[in-house]
Amino acid sequence: MDRFRCLMKIKKTFLWPAAVLLFLALPLVIDSNYLISVLIVIGLYTIIVQGLGILMGYAGQVSFGHGGFFGLGGYAVAIMTTRYGWHPVLALLAAIILPGLIAAIIGRPTLKLRELYLAMGTMGFGILIHTMFNEAGELTGGPSGIAGIPYLTIGGLTFDNDIKFFYLIWAVVLLVLFGINNLIRSRVGRALRAISESEHAAETAGIDTGKLKLKAFIFSALLAGLAGGLYAFYVTFVSPAPFGFNTSVQFVLMAVVGGLGTFLGPLLGAALVVLLGELLRWAIPLVIPGAGGEYEIIFFGLILVVLMIYRPEGLGAFGKISKSPMEKTPAASDVGLPESG
Amino acid sequence: MSDQLLQLLFSGLTLGSIYSLIALALVTTFNITGVLNLALGEFAAIGALLAISLYATGMPLIAAFILSIVLVAIMGGVLERAAIYPARRASGLTLIIITIGLSISLRGLALLIWGTDTYSLPAFSKGGPFFIGGAALNPQSIWILGLAVLTLSLLYAFFELTYAGRAVKAAVINRTAARLVGINPSTVSFWAFVGSGALGAAAGIFIAPVTMTTYDMGFMLGIKGFVAAVIGGLSNVGGAVLGGLLLGVLESYSAGLISSGLKDALAIIILLAVLLLRPQGILGVLGERKI
Repeated sequence: MDRFRCLMKIKKTFLWPAAVLLFLALPLVIDSNYLISVLIVIGLYTIIVQGLGILMGYAGQVSFGHGGFFGLGGYAVAIMTTRYGWHPVLALLAAIILPGLIAAIIGRPTLKLRELYLAMGTMGFGILIHTMFNEAGELTGGPSGIAGIPYLTIGGLTFDNDIKFFYLIWAVVLLVLFGINNLIRSRVGRALRAISESEHAAETAGIDTGKLKLKAFIFSALLAGLAGGLYAFYVTFVSPAPFGFNTSVQFVLMAVVGGLGTFLGPLLGAALVVLLGELLRWAIPLVIPGAGGEYEIIFFGLILVVLMIYRPEGLGAFGKISKSPMEKTPAASDVGLPESG
Repeated sequence: MSDQLLQLLFSGLTLGSIYSLIALALVTTFNITGVLNLALGEFAAIGALLAISLYATGMPLIAAFILSIVLVAIMGGVLERAAIYPARRASGLTLIIITIGLSISLRGLALLIWGTDTYSLPAFSKGGPFFIGGAALNPQSIWILGLAVLTLSLLYAFFELTYAGRAVKAAVINRTAARLVGINPSTVSFWAFVGSGALGAAAGIFIAPVTMTTYDMGFMLGIKGFVAAVIGGLSNVGGAVLGGLLLGVLESYSAGLISSGLKDALAIIILLAVLLLRPQGILGVLGERKI
């Protein structure tokens, strides 16, 4: 038995690094800019959904406004680099900080709302931010947006092609993944999970639930902003269209599809939704002649409905972190090694 | 100046009565089923587009009008059985995500059928505008206000005078108690969706002659109906109607006197202000229990 455990341990220790290495070698094998760009998009969305996953899966709070935070990040980069000539790295910092600040300001009153009121409140802020992109013409360029965003340069390294971006984005994804992995196993993580189980019980246990929910909200906004900033550097153009309410819904869809409160849920959800979107964009014109790819939205809606009826806990059945620290057998934790995740 | 203010009041009330109808359907369904049907705006858009298409086949306007309302009512019932009924025991949040999913799909469906073109329905009657105190009032506004008042009166009569209406009212006031006296919540829920389909479609058709009708008009319409309902406190039918009128008038004044770009943002700002500062609603006193 012990030997079996040992084998499993070895397998567990080596499986992940191997999978990651294999994945990182993909651009060397794939000779298609299209596929690499799809992987980049998956990575970008994963970053956002990781933050949203903390907010929804652990703090138990929904947000239908993260499309707005994503947009704030994108516009922060666009405005700071093109209008004020900031260095890209500084602009990227602004893209992280600005949504975080906004989240800190609106978070305290908004997070007092519950369930559908919270959903509507966050949706309201998201739409308001989106309206601002459209209406504040002088600053944001109105509906036509801002073009000519420079490439991101970090210490002499310019991210000017898809392969470089692939490594940048996925390095960020991995960093966030490991950061969250540690966070969830910490005191804060346990407190967050307590909130999602029962807010009253968590309060009784002496957890400042309001403060923690706010922190989770700000954290998720920071990540959405980071992804927005990276997105702006990647496509070198921003306009209001990709930051609207549909985008916010899509993020919630990704979080739910992947499975809330799971380790790989955000990655799984982002990948499934993006790949499905690409598949539909390709398949729909074959089935309905003359139809454009925009009809994919019908299927997203239907999938969301069917999923919420039959599998509201999502599809991410494996890698469920929320249980593992409690379920560890004494034998495994006696080894005393840090968990490799 | 006072002419202009009066003019803006008229157009605000016209628009507001549409919001009232949508808010009314939202509040009724919400209190019966606990479902905030965010697809209601889509019901209005599809109702309007269907009526326009039916009218284009050569059907008389009134027939297109009624047939469209019936079809959307059926759609409402089908959607309730297909998507809401199976998830009736789910949390409020799950249900709201379901209706958001439905609204996205319906919008996509409308896009598939009607494309991105702008459609328009002829006014319900011909003739120039009337002048009241120096303000021009076009006949369609009178139609909208009149039909809205008629619809509200019919609903009032239904709620107060018929057995079924009183059963629905009982379910609105207290779901659990209504169930205890033998009112089947699942049946009432089904009819609430049929009814909100009809109401939504009617609201969409009423304004089709004065606005540009597009596949995506339902989104903002639904949100404004919701804002009106929130102003009224979400559990108060009368408050929802007043909330709709108030929102319409506020929008009309802000668009007329300040800036038209502000119009859509105003509804959202009111929504946030009410949610954050006075979640029981401006007009309501009953809505506290669900916050």
